[in-house]
Amino acid sequence: MTPKDKSRSASLAIKGGRVIDPVNKIDAEMDLLLREGRVAEVAARNKLRGSADQTFNARGLIVAPGFIDLHVHLREPGQSYKETIATGTAAAAAGGFATVCCMPNTAPVADNAEIIAWITDPARGAVVTVFPIAAATVGSQGERLTDFRALQRAGAVAVTDDGRPILNDDIMRQALATAAQLGIPVVQHAEDTRLTAGCSINEGPTSFRLGLRGMSDSAEAAVVERDTALARSANAHLHVAHVSTAAALKSIRRARRNNLNVTCEVTPHHFTLIDENVGGYDTRFKMNPPLRSAADREALIVALGDGTIDAIASDHAPHARYEKEVEFDRAAFGVTGLETALALAITRLHRENHLQLMRMVELFTAGPARALNLRGRGNLSRGAPADVTIFDPAKRWTFDASKSLSRSRNTPFDGWQLTGKAVATIVGGRFAYRAD
Amino acid sequence: MRKSGSLLGIEQLDPDDINRVLRLARRMHGGRPRPLLRNRRIALLFYEPSTRTRVSFEFAAKALGAITTLVHATASSIEKGETLVDTGLTLRATGADAIVIRHPSSGAPHLLARHVDIPVINAGDGLHEHPTQALLDAYTILRHKKQLRGLHVAIVGDIYHSRVARSNIHLLGKSGAHVVLCGPPGLLPEVAAGLAPNVRITRHIEEALRAADVVMVLRVQKERLAGLPLHMDEYVAGYQVTPERLLLARRDAILMHPGPMIRGAEISGDLADAPASVITEQVANGVCVRMAVLLTALGAAR
Repeated sequence: MTPKDKSRSASLAIKGGRVIDPVNKIDAEMDLLLREGRVAEVAARNKLRGSADQTFNARGLIVAPGFIDLHVHLREPGQSYKETIATGTAAAAAGGFATVCCMPNTAPVADNAEIIAWITDPARGAVVTVFPIAAATVGSQGERLTDFRALQRAGAVAVTDDGRPILNDDIMRQALATAAQLGIPVVQHAEDTRLTAGCSINEGPTSFRLGLRGMSDSAEAAVVERDTALARSANAHLHVAHVSTAAALKSIRRARRNNLNVTCEVTPHHFTLIDENVGGYDTRFKMNPPLRSAADREALIVALGDGTIDAIASDHAPHARYEKEVEFDRAAFGVTGLETALALAITRLHRENHLQLMRMVELFTAGPARALNLRGRGNLSRGAPADVTIFDPAKRWTFDASKSLSRSRNTPFDGWQLTGKAVATIVGGRFAYRAD
Repeated sequence: MRKSGSLLGIEQLDPDDINRVLRLARRMHGGRPRPLLRNRRIALLFYEPSTRTRVSFEFAAKALGAITTLVHATASSIEKGETLVDTGLTLRATGADAIVIRHPSSGAPHLLARHVDIPVINAGDGLHEHPTQALLDAYTILRHKKQLRGLHVAIVGDIYHSRVARSNIHLLGKSGAHVVLCGPPGLLPEVAAGLAPNVRITRHIEEALRAADVVMVLRVQKERLAGLPLHMDEYVAGYQVTPERLLLARRDAILMHPGPMIRGAEISGDLADAPASVITEQVANGVCVRMAVLLTALGAAR
């Protein structure tokens, strides 16, 4: 829900920037007027008809629809030692995200309307819009569906058992059919956990060298293949979370060609790093799905360009230091990512792999809005929510994890020199983040 | 060995490091060593059962005058849930000068070495490495062969689950031996050939043993199979090292096994007692090699 704030500026003009809005096919120097929480006007330089109480000078900067992160772990309720909704959304705002969708693997699991309402309560102190994704089965035990309708009414935008994939064919079929009636997607973390017990890294030369049990790419692809078949018969919307392998992309492409409603996301760490980067058992590089091969990374970069992938999502997964400073095979899976996602996209995709900025912005805005049916978001059409991300695509900076706004520090990108940074994040017409 | 003195694996060593340890081991062999580690404290931190490795480390340390203490996972604070890092810091605080660690998790010695400022010696970590075993194997080979360079070494058996195999592949590969790995696909993935230079794979034991100078046999680690289907009779038919198969090797070939050995499984019943076998000698050589490793780690090597 959009945070309410009395200090909300009644009107704000953003002038002199380069507006990139994929939905409206705009890539031009334009001015933008936000009023009463909505986009009021987008006009040629100095041609705004309305006036504003406040003006933001965006000269040299890119002005885009507010970024949306479809996949974050905010850890509340129950695990506030890792992250809180307040700290997680502060990190999101600093990374340029105006909207985040949070995963239900909290303690207790977000499987009922009360917990969904608790998460979206303004008392949690969110500084960006939070859309919860609810558990698809009770306790994410994979046995009995939750009440999708009640969860949707409480504010959930999708259902998933993220991290505990739904392997039972019949439960997955029921989940897809029920979600289809309500017009919401089922999000699946595609991993056949029967094939990955005890695994902590990708299967390949690196896992052999380190003596760590490896997850095969087929453990991901097999679940995607099964899910797309079930989505077809249920006429449902399947969203594949953090796709990481060339093999899974093949299934997704085939489903798309057959006009199935299948969407997917990729994380910055998967398009940036590979399994070899784990080096000498550095648990900051341990996440699930694991870092894959160079060929898989190459396939992800191609799929980001050709439209197979709908969204970049951080899979921001904060963990306390003591959960990571243990033996590699015992360490928690997951990395933080909200504050580095944009910079990694600019550095690796735009600058090194020549992805157009228009397409990159789409992957942070219109793409994720479409993937989870966040209607009206991800564009700067008149009347849309006044969510705007202003970033400097040329700013060179060094990420210092010790200064992260997240409560946790488990990032592989500490000390990385990056290019591109959010300058301001505007949520509902007010600044959720503004660089000094 | 590296600046810290730690020995985490063979992978990080270069041939000169290896030769230095082996030369030092030769000096320690047989004679009455001087107490070069008098009153140095060495903690033996064992998270897994072990006979030969633990005993030979302890004898090696004591022969050099060091004080040892055994910390076993089931009889210490570890059982109460203390983390490896905290246990390491505790040992350091009590005055340990070095830690020898055996652990079921690959990379555990690396974690420990990052958090304590004393040498950490890997006595076997998960499926990863067992560097002192590879060093004593090289030492044993060199008691019988002039040099490692150019030798044909066959390693037969469960290579996937073997930290001994990984350490030996690194050591032999970088020393210029020709290594042939042999085992069924489930126990020997194709990627194994990429671990070090001069390594290839065959699925035919006859091909592996033909003209071999050294035959290393590895145990099938049934406890680590994790659901992998393996029919022991098929394994025996295809991969057991038998007297008939060993005839394919060079006449002066030596037969090695790091133990524990399961007679009748990876090796035929009496072959371990054949003249070609140096299996007991391997165990004996463990002491002088570990003396050399401890001296090097603690900076007392001269």
